[in-house]
Amino acid sequence: MARSISPALRHELVGMGGVVERNWYLVKRYAWWELTFFFWTVANTLTIVFIAKGVQASGASVNVNRLTTVLLIGAVVWSYLGIIFEVITETVAWERWEGTIEYTFMAPLSRPTHLFGMGLFAVAYGVVRAGALFGVVALLFALSLPHADFAGALVVLAVASISFLGVGVMTAVLPLVSPEKGAQLGFVAQGAMLVVSGVYYPVSVLPEWMQWLAKVSPATYALRGIRAAIIDGAGVGSLWGDLWPLLVIGVVAVPLGLEVFRRGEIYAKRHGKLKRSG
Amino acid sequence: MTQAVLNVPAIETVDLRKEFRRRLRTDGRFARKRPVAALKGVTFTVRRGECVAILGRNGSGKSTLVRLLSTLLLGDGGSARIFGHDAFTATRAVRRLVNRVSVEASFFKRMSAEENLSYAARFYGLTRAETRDRIPEILAHVGFPAERRGEPMENLSRGMQQKVALARALLTSPVLLLLDEPTTGLDPRSKLEVQEFIEQVRAEHDATILLCTHDLAEAETLAERVGILDGGELLCLEPVDELLRRYGASTLEEAFFAATGSRVEEDADEREVFA
Repeated sequence: MARSISPALRHELVGMGGVVERNWYLVKRYAWWELTFFFWTVANTLTIVFIAKGVQASGASVNVNRLTTVLLIGAVVWSYLGIIFEVITETVAWERWEGTIEYTFMAPLSRPTHLFGMGLFAVAYGVVRAGALFGVVALLFALSLPHADFAGALVVLAVASISFLGVGVMTAVLPLVSPEKGAQLGFVAQGAMLVVSGVYYPVSVLPEWMQWLAKVSPATYALRGIRAAIIDGAGVGSLWGDLWPLLVIGVVAVPLGLEVFRRGEIYAKRHGKLKRSG
Repeated sequence: MTQAVLNVPAIETVDLRKEFRRRLRTDGRFARKRPVAALKGVTFTVRRGECVAILGRNGSGKSTLVRLLSTLLLGDGGSARIFGHDAFTATRAVRRLVNRVSVEASFFKRMSAEENLSYAARFYGLTRAETRDRIPEILAHVGFPAERRGEPMENLSRGMQQKVALARALLTSPVLLLLDEPTTGLDPRSKLEVQEFIEQVRAEHDATILLCTHDLAEAETLAERVGILDGGELLCLEPVDELLRRYGASTLEEAFFAATGSRVEEDADEREVFA
């Protein structure tokens, strides 16, 4: 197949594979740290998911299994979004720190290919990490999910990932503009997106102006769709109400993200921000 | 290489200018940043297959020049062409022809030499099948021990890391090699090995080399023409014997002093410290 495609496309595909290969090497070389952060994520998720039992212990009448699942999905989506932003934004910051960014930027690889390569790895790695997190915590709480449609949940996550990547590419420009603090600002974007999206509560409890923001946040539809698939067993057909807004936001977010990054790259090249030193 | 590439200069800059906005120490913390010229209208040409050295103190604008030619900076005036391609607008074409070795051997330090070279080669369209034998070969060629190929870069000496940097540049078969102080900080033996390798590359690969350095002996040994860059201005660019004659000097060091009024080891004035 590789021989039948145009040389330019072949070059881009090989280059994209190189980006994925590089990020895989990084995960492999920092495997123990990855494991440590996974335990931290599990612990962090538990602090949220135990709230369901806490509410019951305080005397309120709640369906603990359902509330636990609602909270767990919120925590898993938070973690997934964190991985997407971390891989895309932190890699740019990391490359700048190591000084390799100049070599990446002077390679004959288009910027969309470079960024989509990071996005591809982020989604694959994020799905594995988020799936493991969900599995571990669900087992610990012996959650009963008799109607769960995991395929439907994965479809929602896959479609939502297009928008998440668009936003991730926008935040990836921050380490170019502010080498010292840019990567941390990416987490501000992650938090801001989730706080208006009903991560652990219904969007309806938010003030009206935040509910307006929730309408344009892809995380709103991702959380609602995944919860519907896992808790209520909604199939892909009945998830269309959440899928189409995700597609629309994705179609806008990806080109917007690329344009923001392009402008950031021009700024960095005009002001000499790519170099580490010397 | 196409006929068009063969017939045009490898590098052609005309009135190339670059400035950065800097807040100088003397201005105070809250002063507005002001433009400071890094390159002040640099014009020169390098023929295909030639090795040209640019001498200059730290902060004279050498690295800025290399970054402009390697598409990592945008100029503020004038033009820069690499084999006829505009370095600021035809960046994809330029990037296919150029590679660079800088003073810092920048790598992911936890990754091995082999891993760093492997992913970098993919960015140039080289598949795993193409690099499987090529990477060990090229590492052996630069004198890198085979048993250390899988070791993290952080365990390697600076000399070793610089050899891997050379291997990374050569792996992509660049037509133009930009060397920005490639031997600075190396011990004498490593320095000699790297210099020998640069000569070998030129002979075997027919590459054009622009060597920016403040090592006078290195410039004299490797280059056919030597230029002096001072305060962002290219004062001259000619064969060493003509340069000595121009300044009435018997050594390159004397010529440099006569041209700039300072020694090459001295850092440039703070007003002239740039990228």
